[in-house]
Amino acid sequence: MSAVIENHHDDHHHGPAKGLQRWLYTTNHKDIGTLYLWFSFAMFLIGGAMAMVIRAELFQPGMQIVEPEFYNQMITLHGLIMIFGGVMPAFVGLANWLVPMMIGAPDMALPRMNNLSFWILPFAFFILLSSLFMEGGAPNFGWTFYAPLSTTYAPPSVTFFIFSVHIMGASSIMGSINVVVTIMNMRAPGVGLMKMPLFVWSWLITAYLLIAVMPVLAGAVTMMLMDIHFGTSFFNAAGGGDPVLFQHIFWFFGHPEVYIMILPAFGIVSHIIETFSRKQLFGYSSMVWAMLSIAILSFVVWAHHMFTVGMPLAAELFFMWATMLIAVPTGVKVFNWIATMFRGSITFETPMLFACAFVVLFTIGGFSGLMLAIVPADFQYHDTYFVVAHFHYVLVPGAIFSIMAAVYYWIPKWCGNMYDERLGKLHFWLSFIGVNVTFFPQHFIGLAGMPRRYPDYALQFADWNMVSTVGAFLFGVSQLLFLFIVVKTVMGGKKATDQVWEGARGLEWTVASPAPYHTFTTPPKVD
Amino acid sequence: MSTQNYYVPDQSRFPIFMAFSLFVLVMGASSTINNLDNPDSNSVYILYAGFLSLFTTLFFWFRQVIKEHLAGLDSNQLKTSYVYGMAWFIFSEVMFFAAFFGALFYVRTFAVPWLGGVGEKGIGVAAIDLWDGFEATWPLITTPDNGAAYDLADKSMAWPGWGHALEWLPLWNTIVLLSSSVTVHFAHVALKNGNRKRFNRFLGVTVTLALIFVGLQAAEYYEAYAHYGLTLNSGIYGSTFFMLTGFHGFHVMMGGFMLAIMLARSVFAGHFEDHDHFGFEAASWYWHFVDVVWVMLFLFVYIL
Repeated sequence: MSAVIENHHDDHHHGPAKGLQRWLYTTNHKDIGTLYLWFSFAMFLIGGAMAMVIRAELFQPGMQIVEPEFYNQMITLHGLIMIFGGVMPAFVGLANWLVPMMIGAPDMALPRMNNLSFWILPFAFFILLSSLFMEGGAPNFGWTFYAPLSTTYAPPSVTFFIFSVHIMGASSIMGSINVVVTIMNMRAPGVGLMKMPLFVWSWLITAYLLIAVMPVLAGAVTMMLMDIHFGTSFFNAAGGGDPVLFQHIFWFFGHPEVYIMILPAFGIVSHIIETFSRKQLFGYSSMVWAMLSIAILSFVVWAHHMFTVGMPLAAELFFMWATMLIAVPTGVKVFNWIATMFRGSITFETPMLFACAFVVLFTIGGFSGLMLAIVPADFQYHDTYFVVAHFHYVLVPGAIFSIMAAVYYWIPKWCGNMYDERLGKLHFWLSFIGVNVTFFPQHFIGLAGMPRRYPDYALQFADWNMVSTVGAFLFGVSQLLFLFIVVKTVMGGKKATDQVWEGARGLEWTVASPAPYHTFTTPPKVD
Repeated sequence: MSTQNYYVPDQSRFPIFMAFSLFVLVMGASSTINNLDNPDSNSVYILYAGFLSLFTTLFFWFRQVIKEHLAGLDSNQLKTSYVYGMAWFIFSEVMFFAAFFGALFYVRTFAVPWLGGVGEKGIGVAAIDLWDGFEATWPLITTPDNGAAYDLADKSMAWPGWGHALEWLPLWNTIVLLSSSVTVHFAHVALKNGNRKRFNRFLGVTVTLALIFVGLQAAEYYEAYAHYGLTLNSGIYGSTFFMLTGFHGFHVMMGGFMLAIMLARSVFAGHFEDHDHFGFEAASWYWHFVDVVWVMLFLFVYIL
């Protein structure tokens, strides 16, 4: 059938190239995964440092450390860096490392494009961060960059921001196409769709969401660019446009984006809970269907971010009910995790601690999300610290805890060494306490009416803000411990076995630890 | 399934060169745009350098891929990866256009009528006497601020009625683009039947039609700017009109360029076999996609 000359070229059994070239020119999914993970760690620390600036300023009422203008730049960059530079690349890094090994593929489907997807990111964030030093300062309109703050009243650096979002988007789209194609086309014989590990499923759905919404974000920033520099009036009512249009387009991207940052976490947590409960996951297929339902519903709930903007009542009701509907599949997932633990022989190694904290704290974030979904209640909560508490609960002890759990869980497979369990547990408890001390009080000050995104506040919010800041610095400093643990593990430590964890199942645990540079050059047999 | 191993390319310089090119390109674009009012700015040369390096990298990258393919390194499984990859790329393009169509539908259905006083939100606008006397129409020729910040166009691009149908360029554009979709399909069929001459001929016709389309579109823009007073600055009608047709036109140019490359590969290098021509097929899918977008444009931007 095929006219291609059937010459078996040399199998790639050789190891990595030497020096810097290995990382610059690599086509290896493990190298690229490592690059993504380190990059996201660096961004996590930079974005975290900005969070420290924010919390330090809010330690006391009144202005003490930074100018309000700079404060606005900090909140904007903190959000953008954590979302686009921290959480998303970390998940892509995990996908790169794990998806090919989990499905028995030799590599990602399009290895060179894979490297391109990564290398765009350092450049994109260089542009974004360099805007701090530009005339007029960095973007200061919040990570949601609502028009007209981001158009009529934006600093000149907004143009650089727009183009950096463009290339970040290109990176995400290419990365996601790679993941989808890998999963659809590269599964070893026997790995049927409903036999795929849940992390793979979660990433298939995530990648689909990314391909669907990143272009919409590109459209939104393009309209901004045109409004700012070329005289169009998409977001200006004087010309017949509407600033609210921006919010609709942005959140049509933004809400699926929220699930992009949590679905892979669902996958990770499912694996970890299964392993350390030493039981088969409860309700595999319902987990898959739940993720699919969440993904599909994510396209029809966006306007719950804008209940107070002045929408017709019918729209408010529709988006309220649609949002609440998401609680159902999410509830299914939480139920399944608990049912998996039920009567399991559970041990609490660091990954399991993070996973358990994830289940509890993510659920708290989910519940505050339900409160926010209620239209009349949202009129009270909107743009207060309650919202800040809500999304930090789902993102920090949600997404970020799952990433840390994943690092502890798979790092023995990546570098062949066990991490220091004692330090890992210390890191967990410090983070756990830090995160709750930081964000739980924000529920109170939010419900009491403290608005978000202001560098100053009324006196009655002083006590809880002080507590929150103390927690934030505790959490921030603990992450340096995490860095230390990771570096220590990479440098050496107790050798890991191939299976690493007693209860671990899946193809990635059948290969050596550390995983060889090229795994599965011929597909493994899977029953 | 092929017994061949999946081809995992060795280390490659292309990705990092490409990422760097994109970096130079967007830095150049941003500083050029920020310095539009500054005649002394040299930023545009950074932009040119970015484009040049991007196209150079792309050229060598594609050349490498073609070489590997001709050397027989691609398994059937890799070809499937390309097929899926292209399909998902087109899906992402669909979503890009969806953002602009969404904006169009939103302003037509909600924003403009509300500004004109319809519904609950409309009452709010009237109550504060904002832009008194504004009437919501579509195409929106008179902006709500009655031309204070935006230019007023004299005429829209909408359907002029049967009497003037033949001098209405969008109709011709539709005919040209729809025919080009047919000719590219004929070319594909000819290729599958192993008839290279016929393939080249039909592909040549397609590329010519693409050029004609772009020419007509340019003529239409000229007419809009020179005779209708319709510009990017004419409020939301001009904004949506130029952005939708402009991005479509840009995609036509990209698609036409891809097809022209495929034509050159077939004519000068004898590439493509009756059962092995995914490069061409991908370009033709892209072309059909561009065509479908035009049909949507024709309906929602010009006719309705």
